[in-house]
Amino acid sequence: MSVPLLQADVLSAVTAALSTVRDPELDESIVDLGFVRQTSVVDGHAEVRLRLPTYFCAPNFAYLMVADAYDAVSSVPGIHTTTVLLEDHMNSAEINAGVASRAGFVGSFGPEATGELDDLRLTFQRKAHTACLERACQLLIAAGWSVDGLASAHLSDLPKSEQRSSLLRRRGDIGLSVAEDAALFVDDCGEPVPAEQVPMRLRFARAVRVSIDGNAHFCRGLLTTRYPDAVADQKPLRPGQEAI
Amino acid sequence: MYSKDGEQYFIVDAHIALWDGSARNLKNVHGKQFIDCFYDYHKNLSPAEVVWPYDEYTYYGGDRLMKDLFTDGYVDHAIFQPARLADFYHNGFGQTEEAWALTQAHPDKLTYNHYFDPRDEQAGLDQLRLDAERFGLKGVKLYTADWHGDSRGYKLSDPWTYRYMEACRELGITNIHVHKGPTIRPLDRDAFDVADIDAVATDFTDLNFVVEHCGLPRLEDFCWIATQEPNVHAGLAVAMPFIHTRPRYFAQIIGELLYWVGEDKIQFSSDYALWTPKWLIEKFVDFQIPEDMTEYPQLTTDVKKKVLGLNAAAMYGIEVPPELAIKIPAEPEAEVAVGASA
Repeated sequence: MSVPLLQADVLSAVTAALSTVRDPELDESIVDLGFVRQTSVVDGHAEVRLRLPTYFCAPNFAYLMVADAYDAVSSVPGIHTTTVLLEDHMNSAEINAGVASRAGFVGSFGPEATGELDDLRLTFQRKAHTACLERACQLLIAAGWSVDGLASAHLSDLPKSEQRSSLLRRRGDIGLSVAEDAALFVDDCGEPVPAEQVPMRLRFARAVRVSIDGNAHFCRGLLTTRYPDAVADQKPLRPGQEAI
Repeated sequence: MYSKDGEQYFIVDAHIALWDGSARNLKNVHGKQFIDCFYDYHKNLSPAEVVWPYDEYTYYGGDRLMKDLFTDGYVDHAIFQPARLADFYHNGFGQTEEAWALTQAHPDKLTYNHYFDPRDEQAGLDQLRLDAERFGLKGVKLYTADWHGDSRGYKLSDPWTYRYMEACRELGITNIHVHKGPTIRPLDRDAFDVADIDAVATDFTDLNFVVEHCGLPRLEDFCWIATQEPNVHAGLAVAMPFIHTRPRYFAQIIGELLYWVGEDKIQFSSDYALWTPKWLIEKFVDFQIPEDMTEYPQLTTDVKKKVLGLNAAAMYGIEVPPELAIKIPAEPEAEVAVGASA
């Protein structure tokens, strides 16, 4: 016999599920970014309201976040029906209706889209991996590793840290090995990078990380300018991020 | 001109606008949201004491522009980079006639660049020829995310864009300022992707491509292209105001750009009236890479002079008084990527 779930437990389970949804471009949780404006559960029906930094935020990324939020919340035990509403966006109507009817991206946007968003998602998961790899390498360099030596590093060389867990998660996202004896410095397909290419790859990885961080600064700042009450909802991702 | 600590800086603001986002010009909710989004950028990244009231911000007119740039803002020369946004505003966003009248009244201080849209096909091509003659165009501003009927954007690699580029080459319009935005057709692609700039820069090596806000939010892809294509330049619009709110982050952007793109291919702009130039220039001249960021070299005075004006002046043939040029011999340059500033 199943025990009835308490309303408050279901609500916190919904919030926990939402925190697993990431902005694909920023590689941060939509909860930590302050994108979740309101969550409610009534009689097994969940309603989630999302907000974004601008009315013009790219519709493809907006769609992914709404669809991912819908999937995450729908899988919570005790939730029977789910509504996710994106507010104040140029494509709120298309996205909300498309996700509710599980129409897919092409079904939501008709002739304006030519395909689903799997390739786009993969591109940004690879960028997220590259940025996390750079942070992990900086950790090793600070501990005395040479840049050239990174070609021979394995995951087992990474000490327990935020950098390590972030990297392992991103490797898992794109299907790369997370075994302790797997090479650390690998390309998008998991191939180890030859030692002579490591310095340039690391240099480029830094530009990737700076780009993603910069985008996150913009988006977080614009969100709180657009919705001043979002300040209370935002959590900084890492120590060292400059205060808003 | 700006003077500080015995150094003099010639200032070119390479991206300014005279827009009208006021209520009378709004065509629909998108126009209202567009100017509101600009205002959020302005409010979020400006020092509190230079934030404008909303109504002044939506439309400010030529007198205020001249005061903010040239009386208060140290600018020696500024370049209009208008956006059309005809689907959002009755009379467009950039005010062509007003900006052109101002340019004619102050030809030593202002350059007028116009826009085109390759989705206008032959009619737009004919118009470009007329505009080139009327305005004496040296450059154009392209906003690839502009809405146009059912279309929500275009690429530089589209066949019609190539025909416009061929016309630019023929008409002496050598400076192509590219601004990427959030929409493009088809919508499932990354609208901010800069790969089309790589293609067109390779095929039109005699044109300069200035990528506004230095490719952000795709800084790394932009850097990768710019280091390989000698005719791809970085415009600092939107990146500049980080110098106030996120100085350590600004240090990283400028550090990456100097490494990948090089000190000869970076242009200052305030993106007026998104921000006003006075405080940006003062802060940039005072700016230095934090000492703990040993991965980036310190900024030299020569680098600051090039970025603040000499680079854009060279691209546009703007005369620089000899005493404002860089030191001879030049200060030693920092290590850069192969191809940077080629």
